[in-house]
Amino acid sequence: MKNTFIARNPSVLWFLLALAVFTVVVTILSEATGFGLISTSFLKTLGKTLCLCLVAIAMDVVWGYCGILSLGHFAFFGIGGYAIGMWLMYARTEGLVQVSLQSAALPPTPQEITDAIGSQIFGVVGSSDFPVIWAFSHSLTLQLLAVILVPGLLALIFGWLAFRSRVTGVYLSILTQAMTLAMSLYFFQNDTGLRGNNGLSGLQNIPGLEDRSQAVVSLWFFWASAVALALGYVLFAYVVSGKFGSVVRAIRDNEARVRFLGYHVEQYKLFIFTLTAMVAGIAGALYYPQAGIINPAEIAPIASIYLAVWVAIGGRGRLYGAVIGAALVSLLSSWFTGGSAPDINLGFYVIKWTDWWLVLLGLSFVLVTLYFPKGIGGIFDALDRKRMGGDAS
Amino acid sequence: MNNTLLEVSGVSVTFDGFRAINNLSIQIAEPELRAVIGPNGAGKTTFMDIVTGKTRPDEGRVIFGEKSVSLLGMSESQIAQAGIGRKFQKPTVFEAQSVRENIAMALRNVRGPFDVLFGRKADNREDRIREVSDEIGLTNALDQQSGALSHGQKQWLEIGMLLAQDPRLLLVDEPAAGMTPAEREHTTDLLVRAAKTRAVVVVEHDMEFVRRLNCKVTVLHEGSVLAEGSLDHVTNNKDVIDVYLGR
Repeated sequence: MKNTFIARNPSVLWFLLALAVFTVVVTILSEATGFGLISTSFLKTLGKTLCLCLVAIAMDVVWGYCGILSLGHFAFFGIGGYAIGMWLMYARTEGLVQVSLQSAALPPTPQEITDAIGSQIFGVVGSSDFPVIWAFSHSLTLQLLAVILVPGLLALIFGWLAFRSRVTGVYLSILTQAMTLAMSLYFFQNDTGLRGNNGLSGLQNIPGLEDRSQAVVSLWFFWASAVALALGYVLFAYVVSGKFGSVVRAIRDNEARVRFLGYHVEQYKLFIFTLTAMVAGIAGALYYPQAGIINPAEIAPIASIYLAVWVAIGGRGRLYGAVIGAALVSLLSSWFTGGSAPDINLGFYVIKWTDWWLVLLGLSFVLVTLYFPKGIGGIFDALDRKRMGGDAS
Repeated sequence: MNNTLLEVSGVSVTFDGFRAINNLSIQIAEPELRAVIGPNGAGKTTFMDIVTGKTRPDEGRVIFGEKSVSLLGMSESQIAQAGIGRKFQKPTVFEAQSVRENIAMALRNVRGPFDVLFGRKADNREDRIREVSDEIGLTNALDQQSGALSHGQKQWLEIGMLLAQDPRLLLVDEPAAGMTPAEREHTTDLLVRAAKTRAVVVVEHDMEFVRRLNCKVTVLHEGSVLAEGSLDHVTNNKDVIDVYLGR
């Protein structure tokens, strides 16, 4: 079984090898273990990039392999971030409150502690009561479950309704986008109980690890992101290869024909949609502790569109393509918009990359779609074919 | 007929006021080879759409098998699993996948996503794939992308996928369209052989091809049966001559 799996997916070994080498090199160069050539903030950027690669391969499976152009998978990513963020905020605030109440004359009652935590967290939105959705925020285990189950359930219910009605193509994309928009508007409201547009913050401070430096904690998160990406890659490679993958790609190419072969197309789509949403949730839960803050703008439709752009540029229908696209575009994006890219002085006009990056990104998306529909990953295909051709002759 | 497999009776269907099928009744036995002919718009394709669950009729009954199951409440995939296979007019094989993958997908086997994902109960696949590919003459092309096949080969692959499904009833829409004479002959052989053990319904325009099938013919016109019998019988029928030649 193992042998045939690797034989069907030659990219898996190469990918795992490259990821392992990358992880080791970054670890050696990081501030925590040695040379300090990679600053802690850049280490966080790299760790976040790995999480973006993970959500990108999920997007590739749902869009590139199954043909569902979902414009909502970054919302599932955000929900994963919110789910872990609730525990991070609660547990950290609880620690701070207990320290400050220790000096009180009388030992504080549990109710006093809860009230103090509530007013600390929800003071910014003029409230101190815990909303119902925070009921499990004290428990890391339950919030970790929520990271997977909440995006999974949402995707399951939404997908069931949409696929059962046989909504496909652009109509389905519009529907997923509407879902994403509704979700981000809902999260923006103060009444929702997720601190409105303030979002959740201070997520980089991990409760229980206060005595560790950020350099060390960041490295751990970087490792966790690398492991998650590796596991996600192997999982999706397994799903999209073999007969299941064959059926999924067939659904992408001709859904009606697959139905006449006797397959319940809706069940397959629902499985893929839900599984990728859960993986997106995990990726988000690893991303936001490294970013430190999450707010509803993160789950706005534009984020999901970027996700589709990464996959298109990297190359749909090949997992490593999604990784390349997400890593390249997101790193370039932070370089161009971070102000480190040199402005170009044309004499009559100065091109400021902070303004022009989006134009460049849009332009490259159009060019890739028109002239390189296989994206960057297509280059590997061409090389592979050349080598195979050489062998055959 | 005592061994009736499919019974369509009194079926009508209307699209936006246009009566595509009008009180249609057809019975297919098992095994049987049947050709369905008729001018454009006679309702041949709609008939197949109704049997395979793509179109729901306004009235009438469609009953399948010795247990007399009604097909009307079933989805396309349930009907396919019940044992009805369909070949479309345009060859619709999955061009981005190899011939082997195409056949493997069609093989009569478990269909649920979890069963397929974990490869449960998927046994003796390779020899079944061989059996089918030998039958359609594509064994040497098993590892080829099916998009690279010739038009005729794609048609055979699709017939092969039908055979792999091991259905009791095969509905075949214009299998000989765009084929060379040699390819037509091969296709006729395939269908005649398949009809030895199961029911095969062939929709065809081409009279020469129908003559070679040498089977009972049903002529459709304006959504109902105009004539039924041997090819010579129906071609001498006055109504049929009027419909085909009178206009």
